[in-house]
Amino acid sequence: MNTPVPETAATNLETEVLIIGGGVTGAGVMRDLALRGIHCVLIDKVDLCAGASGGNHGLLHSGARYVTTDLDAAIECRQESERLKRLAPQCIEDTGGLFVAVEGDDPGFAGRFAQLCGTAGIACDELTVAEARRLEPQLSDKLVKAYRVPDATVDPFHLALANVDHARSLNGSIYRSHTELLGFEVADGEIRAAQCRDSRSHKPLRIRARQFVNAGGAWAMKIARLAGCADVDLRYAKGTLLVHHERITRRVVNRLRPPGDGDILVPGGTVSLLGTSSTRVQDLEQVGPTVEEIDLIMREGSAMIPALAGARYTRAFSRVRPLLQGGGPASDRAASRGFALIDHRAQGLANFCTITGGKLTTFRLMAQKTADLVAARLGKREPGTTASVALPDAEAGRWTEPGAAPRHWVKLNDPSDLILCECEMVPQSAVDSIVASAPDGAAPAMSLEAISLRSRIGKGPCQGSFCGIRVASYLYDQGHFRDRAGLAALRDFFDERFKGQRLVTWGAQAAQMELAEALQCGLLGLDSLEAE
Amino acid sequence: MTEPTRTFVTELAVIGSGMAGFAASVFAAERQIGTVITGNSGAMAYTTGYLDLLGRVDGAAQAIADPWQALEQLRLAQPDHPLGRVAGSDIRRAFEVFTAALAESGIAYTPAGERNVTVLTPAGTLKQTLCLPATMAAGPQALAAQTECVIVDFEGLKGFSGRELVANLGRRWPGLRTQRIAFPDLRGGETYAEVMARSLEVPATREKLAAMLRRVAGTAQVLGLPAILGMHRPDRVHAEMQRLTGLTIFEIPTMPPGVPGVRLRELLEQALPKKGVTLIAQHRVSRLSLDAAGATLELQDSFGPIRVLARAVLLATGRFLSGGLAAQANGIHEPLLDLPVTQPAGRGDWYRERYTDIRGHLIHRAGIEVNADFQPIGQGGRPHSERLFAAGSILAHHDWIRSRSGAGIAVATAYKAVEAAERFLRKSS
Repeated sequence: MNTPVPETAATNLETEVLIIGGGVTGAGVMRDLALRGIHCVLIDKVDLCAGASGGNHGLLHSGARYVTTDLDAAIECRQESERLKRLAPQCIEDTGGLFVAVEGDDPGFAGRFAQLCGTAGIACDELTVAEARRLEPQLSDKLVKAYRVPDATVDPFHLALANVDHARSLNGSIYRSHTELLGFEVADGEIRAAQCRDSRSHKPLRIRARQFVNAGGAWAMKIARLAGCADVDLRYAKGTLLVHHERITRRVVNRLRPPGDGDILVPGGTVSLLGTSSTRVQDLEQVGPTVEEIDLIMREGSAMIPALAGARYTRAFSRVRPLLQGGGPASDRAASRGFALIDHRAQGLANFCTITGGKLTTFRLMAQKTADLVAARLGKREPGTTASVALPDAEAGRWTEPGAAPRHWVKLNDPSDLILCECEMVPQSAVDSIVASAPDGAAPAMSLEAISLRSRIGKGPCQGSFCGIRVASYLYDQGHFRDRAGLAALRDFFDERFKGQRLVTWGAQAAQMELAEALQCGLLGLDSLEAE
Repeated sequence: MTEPTRTFVTELAVIGSGMAGFAASVFAAERQIGTVITGNSGAMAYTTGYLDLLGRVDGAAQAIADPWQALEQLRLAQPDHPLGRVAGSDIRRAFEVFTAALAESGIAYTPAGERNVTVLTPAGTLKQTLCLPATMAAGPQALAAQTECVIVDFEGLKGFSGRELVANLGRRWPGLRTQRIAFPDLRGGETYAEVMARSLEVPATREKLAAMLRRVAGTAQVLGLPAILGMHRPDRVHAEMQRLTGLTIFEIPTMPPGVPGVRLRELLEQALPKKGVTLIAQHRVSRLSLDAAGATLELQDSFGPIRVLARAVLLATGRFLSGGLAAQANGIHEPLLDLPVTQPAGRGDWYRERYTDIRGHLIHRAGIEVNADFQPIGQGGRPHSERLFAAGSILAHHDWIRSRSGAGIAVATAYKAVEAAERFLRKSS
């Protein structure tokens, strides 16, 4: 079967390859296979980048961070980041990065760092303290050492959307959000189909395929076990990050010391992300930041940049990183950031593989290795092309970049195209465009979260408290919302946004929150929709 | 150049010009107390015009139909609640005086009744309130009677969608329809409720709009509009529009900040000076000192420093939005006098896990403590000063958002605090 045709019944889908997990890796596998002419269905139980892909600081590693702990990973990062800067520049801001040490940091580390960067082929120039502070005036006056490295930032949402969009346009491959995997049908050493259901409507969906790819990230071990495979062994590390409401630096700023809490500040468009803490967790579903983690990250970050102490943060969030269980190092930070591709042959399955571990920067390489295995199993020997084919810019991904919507709006110059999100200047036409390129089967009930994921809506200082209401009104106006379910969707959107705000609501954010709650609960009654 | 300090001498200085501060000034003027009111009134623009007393008891799913009976229960269940400290008869009297002052200045209100009124929100949900502007009164009546009604919305007016109202109310109000029109002479692009309201103070605009409204009304005798019927004389604009159309018309508040809030702010700013109250608007008191001789407020406007010498001070500085309380990463503070703030043990306890939790968040119950005379309790458990009184949302032990009691707490506690301040002033004079 070379020309896959979705079966007519709504509850059945057929494809060549089913990919489970809509992080950047799954999206990358989808595009890589589509470029080889192989049809795929990508599913995620929530939506694109709902796990670690969307919950990291968006750093495109030069590799410098890893030179002291994992030289191979560092070299891989260097190669992949150079490649992505060339092939997907629309998703990347080539900011450059600094590594800085402050008084009290181990001076021996700096020497080793510079030398190992040289070994890994990573450009690393020492700057004088004065030069570093001229480049980044917010740096501490207690700076003692500084190096410049080719770090950059990447927008994982844009990246995932563009990969998925390209795959869809290449051969009609399908992306379905909110599609939860329940189990596999296995017979004669092969998976025949995946039993799924729509997590919103609870309608069952059966997906038949010839090959199955587990790109579940932190959930990969659970997914593998559904197929009876016991050979995926992961540890879970919770990473917590803070979003500062402004961009404080032009460049990525790393602490020049062994990896630790609060050692990196990454600019992300108009904001800054400060991270990261690392804590072992057992549970994958209920992870959230704690007051202690937030205060620790602020305290550590302010050693590099004093303005980070007690500043205005709009969010704090945690995601789980999957770390491959290996015999070696004891600490999670030193554990391998490399990835693993497991073919499950030893578990008696010939058409199932798992790709996990790794990092955002190396997602393309991970996808390529996975696609190589899958294509070979399908009897296709042509090599992949993602190492040389540029990632086309996609309509679907264009709204995630700060400034994209305002530029579009100014260019369009249509006064009837009203701005819905005033913090980030997102007009009605951007929402129309996002709804039009919704995941397969999702357009009629495109949620506010899904629109927010694909745009800057809800990302500004108001965190969606005003624009959420305006977007909901617009969706009612356009007939996408038709009854009380629209208000429930609005409430769910606010509940979801709030998870990131809960522990950083002080100062101006406390005032903002009080106003938002007065409107959303006190006036609109979103706290008592059922009771009314 | 050093600007000369301007000095005002008064009996009572009210700090804060939100609902509580304005109400306190109205009550003080009624009692012939010489009053100066200071502070930013920005948050008033976020009010809807509805004057809620008690719409819910915290944590309960059901709305309250009889707020007076619910108040009696609240008094027993939550004796520290600010509304629990004010007798029902005083609350009735406070609403009576306050709405009379508003009516006198151009915004007539429905009288405080025995029961809450079920009113409309811009999302097509319903809420409970006690008094509402006369321009909005026909809406709840039409809803209750299920009268055939057309909600009219406007091209270019964001956040007010007739389709949204009908989608969410249609099931309980079958005769509800919607029509969209272009506001006269405002074509193409975004339009603003405030601009429309000011434009409707011009008779020619009213006539053009009335002609359009007649066309879209069809067989309906009742029309609902976003709150745009005039800024300074809404009662007159409303009456004129009804006369010109021959229809019953009501307003629905738009998403704040909207016209009803701006109306209240502008009206009080104009009405208070007429009642003899000195208004030092939009400037924040930077320092307040209280001693045996009196109180001194220091503030600054663009002409230089101002000093207010008062015999008594009423603190109505509100909560986080207005700066009466300040939340910092390490705790909640009262910035002007550093009064002790009753609050949850730590930042992790401020908010519950779920934002829309019906029980509300503990941060809202934080606030300053007062004694029976509404005097703030200072360090050491005694009143901070015999001349200092407090009212409104800065007080601890309430959640005005979940209990839909913002105006009620402001008006009722302002009434009692002014009463106590008067006793102090008369005793010490």
